[in-house]
This record gives sequence, C-alpha cells and structure tokens, in this order.
Amino acid sequence: MGSLKKNGGAILSRIATNDHHGENSEYFDGWKSYDKDPFHHSRNPCGIIQMGLAENQLCLELIEGWIKDNPKASICTPEGVGQFGDIAIFQDYHGLKEFRQAIAHFMGKARGGRVTFDPERIVMSGGATGANETIMFCLADPGDVFLVPSPYYAAFDRDLRWRTGVEIIPVHCYSSNSFKLTVEAVEWAYKKAQESNKKVKGLILTNPSNPLGTMLDKDTLKNLVRFVTRKNIHLVVDEIYAGTVFAGENFVSVAEVVNNVDSYEVNVDLIHIVYSLSKDMGLPGFRVGIIYSYNDLVVSCARKMSSFGLVSSQTQLMLASMLSDDRFVEIFLTENSRRLKIRHEDYTSGLKKAGITCLTSNAGLFVWMDLRHLLRDRNSFESEIELWHIIIDKVKLNVSPGSSFHCTEPGWFRACFANMDDDTLHAALRRIQAFVSKNHKIVENSSDSDQIVQSNNVKKQKWKQSNLRLSFRRLYEDGLSSPGIMSPRSPLLRT
Amino acid sequence: MFLLASPTTSHSIPTKTLIQDLSLSFSLSPHYSSLRPKSLDFKKKMKQLSTKVTSNGHGQDSSYFLGWEEYEKNPYDEIKNPNGMIQMGLAENQLCFDLIESWLAKNPDAASLKRNGQSIFRELALFQDYHGMPEFKKAMAEFMEEIRGNRVTFDPKKIVLAAGSTSANETLMFCLAEPGDAFLLPTPYYPGFDRDLKWRTGAEIVPIHCSSSNGFQITESALQQAYQQAQKLDLKVKGVLVTNPSNPLGTALTRRELNLLVDFITSKNIHLISDEIYSGTMFGFEQFISVMDVLKDKKLENTDVSKRVHVVYSLSKDLGLPGFRVGAIYSNDEMIVSAATKMSSFGLVSSQTQYLLSALLSDKKFTSQYLEENQKRLKSRQKRLVSGLESAGITCLRSNAGLFCWVDMRHLLDTNTFEAELDLWKKIVYNVKLNISPGSSCHCTEPGWFRVCFANMSEDTLDLALKRLKTFVESTDCGRMISRSSHERLKSLRKKTVSNWVFRVSWSDRVPDER
Repeated sequence: MGSLKKNGGAILSRIATNDHHGENSEYFDGWKSYDKDPFHHSRNPCGIIQMGLAENQLCLELIEGWIKDNPKASICTPEGVGQFGDIAIFQDYHGLKEFRQAIAHFMGKARGGRVTFDPERIVMSGGATGANETIMFCLADPGDVFLVPSPYYAAFDRDLRWRTGVEIIPVHCYSSNSFKLTVEAVEWAYKKAQESNKKVKGLILTNPSNPLGTMLDKDTLKNLVRFVTRKNIHLVVDEIYAGTVFAGENFVSVAEVVNNVDSYEVNVDLIHIVYSLSKDMGLPGFRVGIIYSYNDLVVSCARKMSSFGLVSSQTQLMLASMLSDDRFVEIFLTENSRRLKIRHEDYTSGLKKAGITCLTSNAGLFVWMDLRHLLRDRNSFESEIELWHIIIDKVKLNVSPGSSFHCTEPGWFRACFANMDDDTLHAALRRIQAFVSKNHKIVENSSDSDQIVQSNNVKKQKWKQSNLRLSFRRLYEDGLSSPGIMSPRSPLLRT
Repeated sequence: MFLLASPTTSHSIPTKTLIQDLSLSFSLSPHYSSLRPKSLDFKKKMKQLSTKVTSNGHGQDSSYFLGWEEYEKNPYDEIKNPNGMIQMGLAENQLCFDLIESWLAKNPDAASLKRNGQSIFRELALFQDYHGMPEFKKAMAEFMEEIRGNRVTFDPKKIVLAAGSTSANETLMFCLAEPGDAFLLPTPYYPGFDRDLKWRTGAEIVPIHCSSSNGFQITESALQQAYQQAQKLDLKVKGVLVTNPSNPLGTALTRRELNLLVDFITSKNIHLISDEIYSGTMFGFEQFISVMDVLKDKKLENTDVSKRVHVVYSLSKDLGLPGFRVGAIYSNDEMIVSAATKMSSFGLVSSQTQYLLSALLSDKKFTSQYLEENQKRLKSRQKRLVSGLESAGITCLRSNAGLFCWVDMRHLLDTNTFEAELDLWKKIVYNVKLNISPGSSCHCTEPGWFRVCFANMSEDTLDLALKRLKTFVESTDCGRMISRSSHERLKSLRKKTVSNWVFRVSWSDRVPDER
C-alpha cells in the first residue's frame, strides 16, 4: 500500500492513495503512445493501430438499424416520449420487469437455448466491472482470498481487490497444455493457500477466457463445480464473452452444468454468473452489467448493493424492447458469430504468413499470439517488455503483453481484432508482415505458403524465426526507450 | 472491523427492538427472515457469505423502507384503486416533466442520437471513458453555477460523474475514510445515508443533535458535542457531512450555519461534504447559499481548506430524473478527483443518458425557464400542503426548499416517546393509508416529527391525502381537542411567523426562533 497522502493535513484513505487501482503500471505506456499518435486512415495513416482494446465493433450497424426502426423504444422520440415521466422516475433496484425478462431471455438465446434463466435472479450492476466488485462484497470479507486462473483480465486486480480488500491468488496455467485450466491446478493452489493460513472463499474465472479466447470443456466445468461443492467455496463465472463464440463446440455455460450434474454433487448456493452486454453486443457505453446467482441471499444482497450502480432506466427500456425482439436477436447472434469468425480467420492467417502462430481459439475478440521466438531471452519478462516497446514504436501497433495478464511465461501477447474495420486490420497485418520480412530480408511468396509441404513449411518457419530473433536483437541493442507520456484516458476500462 | 451495531442511535428504543415491534404488525417478507429463529442450515448458509450480507448495514429494516413495502402492496390509483395507500414517503419531483417533454419535441437531434444531423450512435455505444463526456461535464458545471446565481464557478475538470448521488456519497467515503473512521451528520438526516456512507465502506456516523427549539439548526455546541462523543467512542473523525438544503427538514442552511461549519472543519483539520442535491428546489424568497459561496466570501478559495470541502450533486431531485442515475462529486483536491474518477468505473453514467442531458442542460434558454418554473410549482405545491395541514391543526417547520415538509405531529402522540410515534405511524399507514416517514427513521432525537412529500403526486391526490388526514385527526380525541383550540393556536402561530420574518429580514445574522 502507498503511504498515506496528506491533504492540507487531513489524511485521505489508504484506498484513495494506494495504487491498487492498477493504473500506474508501465503497461499503460502502449495506451499513452496510442493516445499521442492514434491511427486514422486519412488523417494519420502512420499512427499507432489500437489492438489492445477488446471491443466489438462488428455489428453496431445492426443495432443502430433496429433503434431507427423502433422509435418507440426510446423515451425521447415523438413515438416514445409518452413514457418519459414513468421511466425518468423509475429507480427501483429490481429493475424494469421487462428489462429483466428480456435480459434473461437474451442470455438463454446466447447460450443456444440450452439453458433458461429466471428473471427474478437477474440483478443489475454498473457494467461487469460493477458486477464483479459487488459479488466480491457479497461473498468475501477483507483479507479473504479468491483464486483466479492466470492469465487473467488485467482489471481484475482493481475490480476484485481495490475497495473490497479481497486478495487474489492466481492458479497458473501453462502453454504446455494450451493454458487449459485443470482441477488439479485449482486443488493445488487451494491447498497452498490453506497452508499459508489464508481463507479461500472461492474461485473466479472468465469463460470464454480473456485473454485466451478459449472455452472450458464440459467435463472440466463439471469437475470444477464438484470441486467447489466439496470444498464449500464459491464459483463465480464471468461469462461476458458467451455470445462471442464463433466456431467449434458450443459454449457450455455453468448454468448448463448446474442443470446437468446430480443434485448431490452441486450446491447451487455456491454458483454465480456475471454477465454484461459490453462484449456480445458491443455496448460498453451503456453500462449494462448483470449478476445472476443461484443463492437467494446473494441475490437479495447484491440487489440492495445495485443501488450503487443501477442501469439507467432510459437504457433499460431500450434494451427491454430490443432483446425481446426474437427475430432481431437471432439475426444479431448469428451475424455476430459469422463476422467474428471471418475476422478471426483473416487475422490469424495473416499472422501465419509472418510466421506467427496463436493459441487455437474459438471465442472472444482477440487472439493470444505466440511471440516467444522473437524474445531476446525466452525466460525473461524484461525481454517481453523490450519486444513490446519495439512493437509499439517500430511496428506501431498497441498490443498487450502477457505479463499484464499475469501470464507466467514470457512472450505471449494479446491482440484484439474486432475493434476496427477491415482496412485497418489489413493495414496492421501489412505492417507486421512488412516488418518481419524487412528484418530478415526474406520475401515470402504468400501464394506458395498454401502449397508448401508441411515439413518444409516448418523448416522455413524455424529459419524465419531465428532470423527474426537476430534482427530483433539488433533492435534491442540499439536501445529503445519507452515513450512514457501520460494518457488522460483510462485504458483499464477497455481491456 | 465492521461495527454491526450502530453507535449512532441516541433515542430510547434500540433499533433491534423497533424492528421486532414492527415485525409483529407486518407480515414478514423474506428480507426479515433474520428475525426468525435461525435454523442450522440457515446459519451455515450465512457463514458462506460476507459479513455485509449478514449485517443490517443496508438499512432496509428501517421503517422508512418498510412503509414503502406496504405501499407497494396496495398503491393508490385514482381509478383502479381509489382506497389504496398514497405515497408520501417518496422525495421525487414529478412537477415539471412536461417542460422536458416539450424540449424533446423541439430537439429531435438529441432525441435520435444525432449531432448536427449525423448519427453518433456508434460513438455513444463505445464511449466508456470514466472521465465522462466533456460536453456533459461542462453543461453540468454551468447548470450548477446557474442554480447558485452564477456567483461561483465550477471547473468541469473537478467534476467526477457517478451513478446517482448514492454512488457519489459512497465513493467519497471510500476516498476519505478508513473502516471505523467517523463522519458527523446533523440529525435528522436522510435514512439512506446509513447504507450509502457506512455499509460497504465500514465508516461510522456520529450524529450532531439538532432540536426543534431552534428550528433544528446546527449549533457550535452541538458540533463540539458530536466531536467529543466520537472521541469517547474511540472513533477518528474524518469530516462532517450535511445535506443543503436539508432532507428531511426542507430548509436551506443559513449563512451562519455554513460559516460555523467551515470554521469547525478548519479548526479540526477535517473534511466537509455538502450534499447539495436539492439546491435547485429552493423556492423561498431567500437565495440558496452554497458552501462554495461561503468559501468565496471568506476568501478561502485555493487554500488548503477549500481542498477539504466537497460538493455532491445529482439530477434526481432538481430535474426529477432519478431513473437516469446521474450523480456528481465536485472536489478541489486533485487526488480525490483522481481516485474518485477511477472508482467511478464501478458506476458510470450511461453514455446515451450523458448525451441526452448534455444537450438539455446546454440549452440555457431551457435551463433558466425550467429553474424558474420548477421553483414556482414547488412553492405552490408546498403552500397547498402546508395550508391543508393547518386546517387539520397540524403545523410544519417553515421550509423554503426540498420536495417535502417536516411535519409536527407531537400533539397527536399519546406519550412523548418513540413507541408512541411508531403507533401513530402505523395508524397513519394502515388506517389513513398514507405512507409518510417517521422522524425516528431519520434519526430525529425528538418523537413526533414526520416527513411528508408533496411533489410526487397530482394536486388531486394531494388534496385527497389531506382530506384523509384531516378526517383522521378529527376522529381522534386529540383531534377533537385540537380542532377546538387549533384556531387559537394557529392565530398565535401566524403572528409569530410574521414577526419572525420581520426579525430575519432586519437581523440576518441572528438566529430566529423558528425557520
């Protein structure tokens, strides 16, 4: 904790003066550079392209179209203004009934109709940010511990810990098994925490994962549910990316597992879901966070706490209408997956041409890139940061280094692909490819890459990689300094 | 670390007994299962959760909220339920929606998320910058200035947006107090403060006792006593929090009181939070004096003291938009602005709401017309309530702001006790079918005072409520006596009120007998 700062003598709280909000970290150098020199097609074509922002901009025009076609959903239009008074005064923390029903309905649809949600258990919050903090306030006291699989969303350090006093202990996942979370790893972390006399209250994880873009398989999720029940600890699953699954298996929500394990194996009072419309629908500005708990006491308490972050009634009304429009929802969810899939393929195949592979993923708004071969020293996070600064300053892309997600292995980077248009994505890929080829003077004939026999391809990759590392080493030795300019905006919101 | 039993109640009935008594009269809802004998299973369930779940820190067992629950079961409707309960416990401003609605009709761009004819939907959908929209904060700053007669300026960069003043007040507590630290609050105070200031922060409230003998004004001795009481309880005092104009009193702080407060926090080196959520509801002939006015007049701007004075604001009362969740913290301390801004992540204002309101509040023609009309309508409504009460032999604290009156029903109590107040309250809720808020829920130290709201209903509904109340009063023994002597009493009261008015106009620094 930071020292207690004085204010003309009157001391501020520790919370106000420590840096547990996490924003003083050097990881925000990338943001600062971006803010100073943001890419724009015409105005600043050489600027930095923002790939550190997990936003979904691919389907906004569908939503905009719906709003135009449904003026009654707004309290401001001539068609809808008749509701203005009632909506303007509505501050009941239960939320509009139609809103809760629509959200429950949408959540079911986003999970392929394989599970239904009870509107009476829907509790509002100020985005998933507010939801995660609130659930901590309900489940844990200061000093209690929650386990979180790493790598994990950087802002959890703030959301789960800052004002709640709760401690986070990571459950490390490794590239050797594709960063899959295992129950054994959770058990081990739990045991270690207990040995240090720490009181573990639960496990919290994001599924699909940020930053990995992968999903838990049904069996692992079932075993986690059984584990927490045996240990009598909570399981919070942040399913904020549930609707961004674009390929492969269906997403398995913990709600589905709750319905499918034997009742003696699951204590539903321990199971809680966090949700939001910020990623699936791309509406972070509307601040729609949801807590869904199977525990009545938690629903009741979280609901009272939601007074600290209710969803604007204007927004509730609009979304109640939009999300109960089944036709729109079906089109949206299908189109959203389709566009994400195309974008994902576009990006990963472009990276491949530059000799860069990613963790195989089928969800999320980002990829988990393997740049270990480019590190000066594969075991050093300093190398990772050096490489990162090169990417920002030379390649002019803002990507997020794995250490900011508490990854235990250097060399992994998260790159977002859904927060820009196609042209910008292609510009980013061109820069990566140009940089890679310039730096080892090999011109890759992209049409050949599909036809080359696999073993040859692998040999070429390896040679390319070793040459890249050499060229990067030169860059390292040239000495790059970080920009270090203060950004007025908070990047934490956007990760 | 967290004190479950509040040290703040100083009146005769400890809160728990009050709740148990209430539980005998009302059917228990699931919320109050804590009152039943706890089963082993239930206790085990509670242990799994945090102490915040298991404590009563949310304050919802208070009669303030219980009355609302009863209203929900049987709400009045002119046509569908004319014998239902009339809600007079809700401090809402429903008097001026027509003005906003007609503005919307004349401003289609704002209504359809356009700027200069271009759609900005995308921009709004993605906007989550916790600094807030610059044009919105500018509009808020200017609106706050306008309410204060443009005598003081507000710098938009010092505004931090929050999800209502509920969130703003809690956030300030997180910034200023450690768990176990105390803030001094004049009684009676808004019941929601028990939750907003204490529940998740672990802070404590120590009351500054105000009494009817001087119109519930804050005195130097009351301040000192509260401070000493905190020290006796081994609580570190971090500041004073006032609501100005006051809820539930409906009165604006006098310049004398404000000076007293500023001097007090200067000498004790502590903070002052002034929740000015009702600043735009001032309808009396006096001007609203903000703590910012006082800092300016005392030439304390840009001093260390000014860094310890913080204003909380919201659009829930002045504009009648509680559903939109628009609150703000204003502070001269950069560190507080910085920390609070980061904390606002937990409760940002919806971007579509920011956009709509920045357009509304930037229209200066609208805001000046609105403020004037709002005040006119509030004044007329208050007068209606006051005269209606008078005809039932009931007086109020003379008010000049707010959406409610602080009503004196001491003469209707069987005994001068809080038990009697509760009995009276139950009768009014169940027999008269009016939900009003008993003074004990506001931590008043004297039984018999009730807060009655007047701006959340139509005129007809208000008249009906007054009729019911008059009938009730006249039907009681007390009432019969009162209606005989009320004429005499009111005559002398009016004399007193007029002389006080004359008194105040000529001696603005002195303390009048009544407000």
